[in-house]
Amino acid sequence: MITREPVYTDEPDNALTGIWRSVVLGVGDIGRAGSLTVQALAGIPALFAAGRRRHEWARQMFLMGIKTLPVISVVGMFTGMILGLQVGLELRRFNQEIYIGSAVMVSLLREMGPFMTGLILAACVGSSMAAQIGTMTVNDEIAALEIMSISPVRFLMAPRMAAMVVMTPVLSFYTCVLGVIGGGIVGVTQLNVPLDQYISMAMDFARMRDLYVGLLKALVFGVVITGVSCYEGFTTTQGAVGVGQATRRSVITSFLLILVLGYIITRLFYDL
Amino acid sequence: MIRFDKVTKQLGGRNVLDELSFEIQKGEIFTIVGPSGTGKSVTLKHMVRLLTPTRGSVWIDGTEISAANGSGLDRVRERFGYLFQGGALLGWMSVAENIALPLREKTRLTEDEIGARVTDALRAVGLEGDGGKFPSEISGGMQKRAGLARAIVNRPEIVLYDEPTSGLDPVTARTIDQLIKRLNEELGITSVVVSHDLQGALLIADRIAMLTGGKFVEVSPPEKFVATAQPDVRSFLDAQFISKKGLAGM
Ligand SMILES: Nc1ncnc2c1ncn2[C@@H]1O[C@H](COP(=O)(O)OP(=O)(O)OP(=O)(O)O)[C@@H](O)[C@H]1O
Ligand SMILES: [Mg+2]
Repeated sequence: MITREPVYTDEPDNALTGIWRSVVLGVGDIGRAGSLTVQALAGIPALFAAGRRRHEWARQMFLMGIKTLPVISVVGMFTGMILGLQVGLELRRFNQEIYIGSAVMVSLLREMGPFMTGLILAACVGSSMAAQIGTMTVNDEIAALEIMSISPVRFLMAPRMAAMVVMTPVLSFYTCVLGVIGGGIVGVTQLNVPLDQYISMAMDFARMRDLYVGLLKALVFGVVITGVSCYEGFTTTQGAVGVGQATRRSVITSFLLILVLGYIITRLFYDL
Repeated sequence: MIRFDKVTKQLGGRNVLDELSFEIQKGEIFTIVGPSGTGKSVTLKHMVRLLTPTRGSVWIDGTEISAANGSGLDRVRERFGYLFQGGALLGWMSVAENIALPLREKTRLTEDEIGARVTDALRAVGLEGDGGKFPSEISGGMQKRAGLARAIVNRPEIVLYDEPTSGLDPVTARTIDQLIKRLNEELGITSVVVSHDLQGALLIADRIAMLTGGKFVEVSPPEKFVATAQPDVRSFLDAQFISKKGLAGM
């Protein structure tokens, strides 16, 4: 059973047993969420074998794009503008403003692009995933699927996972492009860097490796957001209140994991 | 066919079911009545392992479903249809798509055959013409009837009905009762019906069980059930104006 029966245990006698119990429950959660994620990823090939589910995949991608495009455009643009301004002000002290293009490009590709995209997808898409699946859980809809021997993981989670795996790198790339444009606007209008110099500096420093690592990060974020949000949804208990809690927890957990995993991936790919 | 062996279930720190034991025969209509919140839905959920007993075991023929997993569990569940208390239709699919879902996912029927079966099921529950609507566009009673159509469209051996008639007007409620009876007689479907509605239960049930305090305090055929002296049952009967002689015209 994918849905969870509420866990009731005796009140802990002291703080230590309380902490120990949270650790045990937490490790169990990580294990189950991880196994769901793996199952969902394993279910993706079957999605493309059966024509009908492919439709669901396309629909999910469309929804994700629609939900995030406006906000991601603004965020991408302003991330680039802020980067350009901050870096540009520092560089100007050394009369090196021409390097603003490379600074903006590199930090966007490696870190800020995927990071910002991850946060926005967790907030916009992950939360509504958790809320939708959580509502289905408390309304017995997940149970109904299980009775019909239709695996909720394959039926609900795999199409979302497949959509997210495609959309996070695409949107991350889009954020980077808009960010570079934003940085350029600041550079040219505020810091008087010639446009052609901005572009050539940006392109000189854009290494394929940075792009790949950034896209890989985005992809990992997408998997994590889907895994966390669906797990929270499936394990919702206690009606409407529970749906609210599941949504909140899914966003917080995704944020934390995005930060931690972002660091780990950077550390893995770049030697000190 | 369905056997509970000393099933105890703890939820929220109390025993909702307390060493509950009973057996339901093949082809029987078994009705469970009882006040709200005594664990009727919980009992049904144990039959398909949506809940697992804290202690004790649940058997479907020779299989211990309370310990079944994976494909073994799927095989047992395939024999069941389940009408959930709230209907449990998927919100983003139309009523007809909801009903077609078990056929599409689990059988190799062609689209034409599926369409015909869906139309039949819709007609049986009195929803012909409403197949194209979405669950959010129809009333609670209609959602429940659509859920019923989905539960029976796969022609299961055993159907579990969680309050099939609550929230329906009396006329529709009697139609649904008749449908349950007809499915039972014509197709030999074993039926477990959870209900508040004693009148309906008295009309269709082979046996009625009253669940209070985690146990069945009375399990008997309708005529014996109305005549019992068991105090919990009596007050339940009196509250619905049913005398020892049973329903008028029964
Ligand atoms: N998931 C759950 N977590 C905690 N308690 C639960 C859960 N499910 C059921 N219960 C408790 O078990 C008891 C029985 O619930 P159940 O839904 O079986 O009642 P019911 O007899 O079907 O009532 P109704 O006629 O209102 O549907 C209730 O007191 C409820 O609080
Ligand atoms: Mg109930």
